[in-house]
Amino acid sequence: MSDDKGSRPTSFEDRLDQARRRQGLDASNSDPAQAGKGAAGGNAMAVGLRVGVELVSALVVAVAIGWWLDRTFHTLPVFLIVFVLLGGAAGIANVWRLLGPGRAAPPKR
Amino acid sequence: MAAEAHAIDALGQFALSPALGAIGASVNFTQSNLMMLISAVLILGMLYLGAKPRAVVPGRLQALAEIAYSSIHGMCVDQIGHEGKRFFPFIFTLFFFVLLGNLLGLLPFSFTYTSHIAVTFALAVLVIVLVTIVALSIHGLHFFSYFFPAGAPKLLAPLIIPVEVISYLSRPVSLSIRLFANMVAGHVMFAVFSSFIVMMSAAGVLGTIGAVGPLALNVALMGFELLVAFLQAYVFSILTCIYLHDAVHLH
Repeated sequence: MSDDKGSRPTSFEDRLDQARRRQGLDASNSDPAQAGKGAAGGNAMAVGLRVGVELVSALVVAVAIGWWLDRTFHTLPVFLIVFVLLGGAAGIANVWRLLGPGRAAPPKR
Repeated sequence: MAAEAHAIDALGQFALSPALGAIGASVNFTQSNLMMLISAVLILGMLYLGAKPRAVVPGRLQALAEIAYSSIHGMCVDQIGHEGKRFFPFIFTLFFFVLLGNLLGLLPFSFTYTSHIAVTFALAVLVIVLVTIVALSIHGLHFFSYFFPAGAPKLLAPLIIPVEVISYLSRPVSLSIRLFANMVAGHVMFAVFSSFIVMMSAAGVLGTIGAVGPLALNVALMGFELLVAFLQAYVFSILTCIYLHDAVHLH
């Protein structure tokens, strides 16, 4: 309908995109997962805090399960020791899922 | 801020106290509950008043409501996929409840209900129970294959399954601790630096001049806390979306 404009892009969206790119406003246009990662991962402290929370929470859950199993079966140190090790492994698995390679390619994680 | 006796009372701000006079005291209605009610009223009011004009060219409030709607809607569809539209009301409520809790807590004389682990953990448990129910209702007992990745050697099953179960159960803990710790840390830093102001200005003229330092730091901290308030609400809801994606698609 507006092909009398000559060489300029016809669609309004295209023209808006072009204008935004000229003004350097397109930076906020990436997908939300990457944007969140950029804002959170921009400073090393935020990444460190996230990794720490992941490690500690896995360990907390594991210790709670181990302690509860021990209290139920009256075998105090056994399950606690096993589950501390498992909790450490689960924490590492969480961190790997958060930062590890291979997951970065799809925008889901 | 009780900085009178050279003691920094940084945690007193998180104490609960009854609100709304004698009626509130008799039913244990605290200022935390009051802030939750206020945030709910603000969210509903924003949506009601924003949707009321139904203008083609939106005004300020309508633009706010439309941006709020479409950004959360986009997040649901992007992260979960087409099925994400079903969870849009839940994600929207969660995001704005957390966001308003974080933001209202930055106002003077108010209270941050997201700074209590009881509140954030209840939200996180709600999320994880919903995710598990969704996964069970869509995939049935096939859901439990989530705890054993396909292709892993069978010999390692007694090691992998507990690790995966712990990892799954640690989701609500990490979700709630992240929000709670961020909120508490920010407000404790506010309290510490503002008690520095009081303590330094008690030390004469030189101290009063020096107290400009912590004051400036608190101003900068307020900007940072605004960022954290948005970021943590965003992180909370996007992690909920990611967990729901896992539940709907299962790997």
